[in-house]
Amino acid sequence: MPLMIEAVGLRRSFGKVVALDGLDVRLESGQVAAILGPNGAGKTTFLRMISTLVRPDGGMLRVCGLDVAAEPVRVRRLIGLAGQHATVEPALTGRENLQMIARLFGQDRRTARASAEETLERLRLGEAGDRLVRGYSGGMRRRLDLGASLVGRPRVLLLDEPTTGLDPQSRIELWDTIRALAADGTDVLLTTQYLEEADRLATTILIIDHGQVIASGTAKELKSRAGRDIVEIHVRDREDLDAAVRALTRIGAEKPAVDRGSLMVSVAVDSGPERLREALHEVSELGVHVEDVALRRPTLDEVFLSLTGSTPATEPRGGEPRPPGSAAGVAPETASRSVR
Amino acid sequence: MTAGAAPQPARSARLLPSVGVLTGRALRIYRRTPQLLILRIVQSVAFLLIFRYVFGGAIVAGTMRYVDFMASGLLTVGIMFATIGTALGVAEDHVGGLFDRLRSLPMPRSAVLAGRVLADLAMTVAVLVPTIAVAFAVGMRVHTGWVAALGALGLLVLFGLAFVWIFVAVGLLAGSVQAAQGISFIVMPVSFASSAFVPTASMPGWLRAFTEHQPVTVVVNAVRTLTQGAPAEALLGHGSGYYVTRALIWIIALVVVFAGLAITRYRSR
Ligand SMILES: Nc1ncnc2c1ncn2[C@@H]1O[C@H](COP(=O)(O)OP(=O)(O)OP(=O)(O)O)[C@@H](O)[C@H]1O
Ligand SMILES: [Mg+2]
Repeated sequence: MPLMIEAVGLRRSFGKVVALDGLDVRLESGQVAAILGPNGAGKTTFLRMISTLVRPDGGMLRVCGLDVAAEPVRVRRLIGLAGQHATVEPALTGRENLQMIARLFGQDRRTARASAEETLERLRLGEAGDRLVRGYSGGMRRRLDLGASLVGRPRVLLLDEPTTGLDPQSRIELWDTIRALAADGTDVLLTTQYLEEADRLATTILIIDHGQVIASGTAKELKSRAGRDIVEIHVRDREDLDAAVRALTRIGAEKPAVDRGSLMVSVAVDSGPERLREALHEVSELGVHVEDVALRRPTLDEVFLSLTGSTPATEPRGGEPRPPGSAAGVAPETASRSVR
Repeated sequence: MTAGAAPQPARSARLLPSVGVLTGRALRIYRRTPQLLILRIVQSVAFLLIFRYVFGGAIVAGTMRYVDFMASGLLTVGIMFATIGTALGVAEDHVGGLFDRLRSLPMPRSAVLAGRVLADLAMTVAVLVPTIAVAFAVGMRVHTGWVAALGALGLLVLFGLAFVWIFVAVGLLAGSVQAAQGISFIVMPVSFASSAFVPTASMPGWLRAFTEHQPVTVVVNAVRTLTQGAPAEALLGHGSGYYVTRALIWIIALVVVFAGLAITRYRSR
């Protein structure tokens, strides 16, 4: 079985901006793969390149064994793309939207009608199928958009931030749909800024930054590759926070991260149990009242942080760096999204 | 279904069915949002009435009745305004990502722009027809034969085609919907600096050098001479053959340049 995606040394610049800088990717078929990366990492550019919308400046790219540069038309028969923005037409019904795409996929009228029906059912839009999309909720639109990428029965589904802007309930529903598709034999490649999403959905995770793959593997592999355990100390009193930071600075392999809101300091350490004992010793020397301590494996947030030196956005379009003192993995809103 | 065994389309979609599907889509959207068409008709007719009754009394068009003079101008300019919406629609589809999806499908890429142009041309004709009816109602008459009048109508439709292509290119090149809208207002100065509303004789020489040769004037004068005959030829200084030839050259040049720009932009990756 050919690889789902094989890329060697892919490059692409837009003027002075280097979007892809020698991207190397090998993804087996028969899986869901996730591309994770901060804003501007090159995720969309890579997906658009697979979709034959962006030409590489250099390098090689194959989809299911077909060279994208040499056989773009055959590649288009294999793929289904759902871009970063839902592109369904509000003045048409859900069914009409799907039928149109199916027809443009080369299906005759009758087949297109059947495909649209089947896709509506699959996405639980059957009842809304004959309503104008204008009246759909955001989640329904997003599902219909996914449907539009499915209705041609592609072998490889390319989803650019499929759950951006969805409420938690709709997000979980979309995850289920994607899982069901994968179980039926469709290969899925999706991009996301949510670590939890990659963790929950994907067999393989590619972390990309500045147009290069900086790490890849299963969620488990990535977490253990980052290697270091995390020592976490909650203090009882705010005044003790600085002392705790001093103590953990001494034993940590990196600078500790401080969350002033929940009075917690955490740091990556080289050998967990020993350093934990030292940490407790240090803080009691300094007279810190400890509320709680923990030794744990890193979250994907922290893996990401240690690999890229930046944090993925917690809001889809919010690319600004986090304020200092609320490092990844310990900021409350990040913590709630990461899988421990 | 198992991995790799997903049914695959045996062939790509062909050109004509794809154009049909996309034209049908655009027309259906227009049908579902009738206010778009109504607004354009109202605008076109209001413009005509304003020049007929507000300015009309104060403008002298040589030997011609002003209503006969201005009708050709307002029908031509009406077409330009009726096609502005194309720039917005194309910019929305382009920026919003619809074109990305369509270009990732196994169908001829030319079908997308072709479908859009056909649908918008149909919309333009749908604005033109009631405007012509109103022009007759307020006193415009054809003083030649029906063959010449049909020729004028054909020329107006071709001019509409040129402007649809211009605005497709604007929509694709503008980069944002707002920019597309801004650029579209170029039709204001271009239509006023022409022979559409007033004879060019009263304009200063440097302006006439532009107004007498620009496409709006040439098309307006072609329609005028085709529908009004001798009085128009006497006023404008040339016969219908002169203007029609130049109008066709302009229309072909505009279509070639702007369709070329639009297609190049659409295909670029
Ligand atoms: N068409 C384009 N013209 C100019 N620059 C572009 C274009 N497409 C992408 N870029 C630039 O290339 C870089 C990578 O962009 P890309 O959209 O691939 O990032 P991304 O990982 O998808 O980011 P995000 O998470 O914000 O969607 C960015 O710096 C972007 O500004
Ligand atoms: Mg992106």
